[in-house]
Amino acid sequence: MIKDSNYKRFKKQMKSKITVKQARLIVFIIILPVAFVLFSKILAYVNKDSVTAQQFVDLQQGDSNFPSFRRAHAKGICLAGIFESNGALGQYSTASVLQAGEFNFIGRFSIAGNSPTAPDLKAPVRGLALSIKDESSTNSEWRIAMNTPPVMAVATPEAFYAQLQALAPDPDTKQRDPSKIEAFFANHPESKTFLEWKDGYTPASSLAGETYHSINAFYLLDEAHNEQAVRWQAVPSLESSIIPQLNQENPDALQDQLAQMLEVAPIKFDLVFTLALPEDDETNPTVLWPSTRETITAGTISIQQYTAQTVGECANINFDPLVLPKGVEATADPILRARGSVYAESFRRRALEALLGENE
Amino acid sequence: MNKRKAIKYYPARSRLLHWSMAILIISMLLVGLSMVESLAVWQPVALDLHRSFGFLLLVMVIVRLINKYLTPRPRLPKKLPAYQVLAAKITHTALYAAMLLMPLSGWLMQSADGRTITVFNTFNLPHLIDANIKAYAFFREFHGYMAWLLIIMIVMHVLAALYHGLIRQDRVLTSMLYSKKPK
Repeated sequence: MIKDSNYKRFKKQMKSKITVKQARLIVFIIILPVAFVLFSKILAYVNKDSVTAQQFVDLQQGDSNFPSFRRAHAKGICLAGIFESNGALGQYSTASVLQAGEFNFIGRFSIAGNSPTAPDLKAPVRGLALSIKDESSTNSEWRIAMNTPPVMAVATPEAFYAQLQALAPDPDTKQRDPSKIEAFFANHPESKTFLEWKDGYTPASSLAGETYHSINAFYLLDEAHNEQAVRWQAVPSLESSIIPQLNQENPDALQDQLAQMLEVAPIKFDLVFTLALPEDDETNPTVLWPSTRETITAGTISIQQYTAQTVGECANINFDPLVLPKGVEATADPILRARGSVYAESFRRRALEALLGENE
Repeated sequence: MNKRKAIKYYPARSRLLHWSMAILIISMLLVGLSMVESLAVWQPVALDLHRSFGFLLLVMVIVRLINKYLTPRPRLPKKLPAYQVLAAKITHTALYAAMLLMPLSGWLMQSADGRTITVFNTFNLPHLIDANIKAYAFFREFHGYMAWLLIIMIVMHVLAALYHGLIRQDRVLTSMLYSKKPK
């Protein structure tokens, strides 16, 4: 009896000891895979239905292969000049480049598309990007990326991705599919304002004659951190300039014309800000604010020099519109907030190509 | 040597540095890998916090290295096979190198893109180098690959710690968990 119970106890002890040891081993083996699966499930859940910056840039570059060039607005020309700030926005923002003074900028005129050799006159959208700096103060740089449309067709990065997909030419036929495009806009009634603008838009006969828009809204912040939502546009002031004739056959018609004009005189734009009222939605880039809103001209952009983008300083700048000076902040506009990581991905790809000398 | 022998547990300040940095670094890796893909509205906020915490971690790793130099620490068990001692040394050295190089390469890539880092909305960091697209490419890729190296090192570190705690059941894991008065 005694022997038997001792044996049973011994057996029980052995059994439980092995089980504990096995349990420890099992925990050791499975803990990392379990943690990994858990994390990836959480990440997949957080990012479900969402498009990544990489997918976006893949779509923009398509099958065009131009190492070390931008994936979107690949064709452009570098600019340099002075922003003559009149200080009129100084009461709304502490940004040093909005106080009265003269500030150097590097800029870039561009046309939409993924080819740096595309014909100038075929592109549906033109852009003007600026990097304005107050050399005497840190954290003063303002990077601005403006385009000819005043609004977006859609309000979220996912819808914009779907729009680019609908507009992309068929990989086999190289043709756009009008039925796809029509279906997309029919499914997106918020594109109404954009389509109205598109129908009424005639490209200007010069890059210097276009109006370029911030599209997204930003906040100006004053000393007391009061927020004023604004949009802005670069409005051409061409009164004294004579615009040379465009050569329709020349793929670089706009760039060559610009060069001719800059040999005569600087090209100027007024930087005009529109101030939102509290009832205006600053987070929706598809909606224009009423035309009765107050506007304030912050100063004049005076473009004085140009350089080919293969050698110019603008090639090294990522015109990410989220690089803002102290005194200007991003709104919660989902398109605006998505721009940073897409621009960063495009910049990362072409920077690596430049480092590896793939363009040479 | 005698001094080190006497110590069986890490002192509280070492454990505090270890665990607070562990939480921050793992969060930074998760946020970092997510934000370079994400188009969500929180992305710019995450980016801003990533930069601020990156600077905080640079300060912390310097404090930690000074603390490591000044503080006695428990020795590895005598019976540990030589290859495991070597693996521990390599992993620890790589972890310290990565903890220093991650924030430095992040700061350098921001400078190379001409961006100013503002730490927790309070002060600006100086630019370490002038804006330069090739330097940006180098430090951007370095930062990315270093992140994966750091993840591999953390996995090895965690596996080794669990091996000590669960399989070998020696004092290696517990020496970083709590401290007991020597009996």
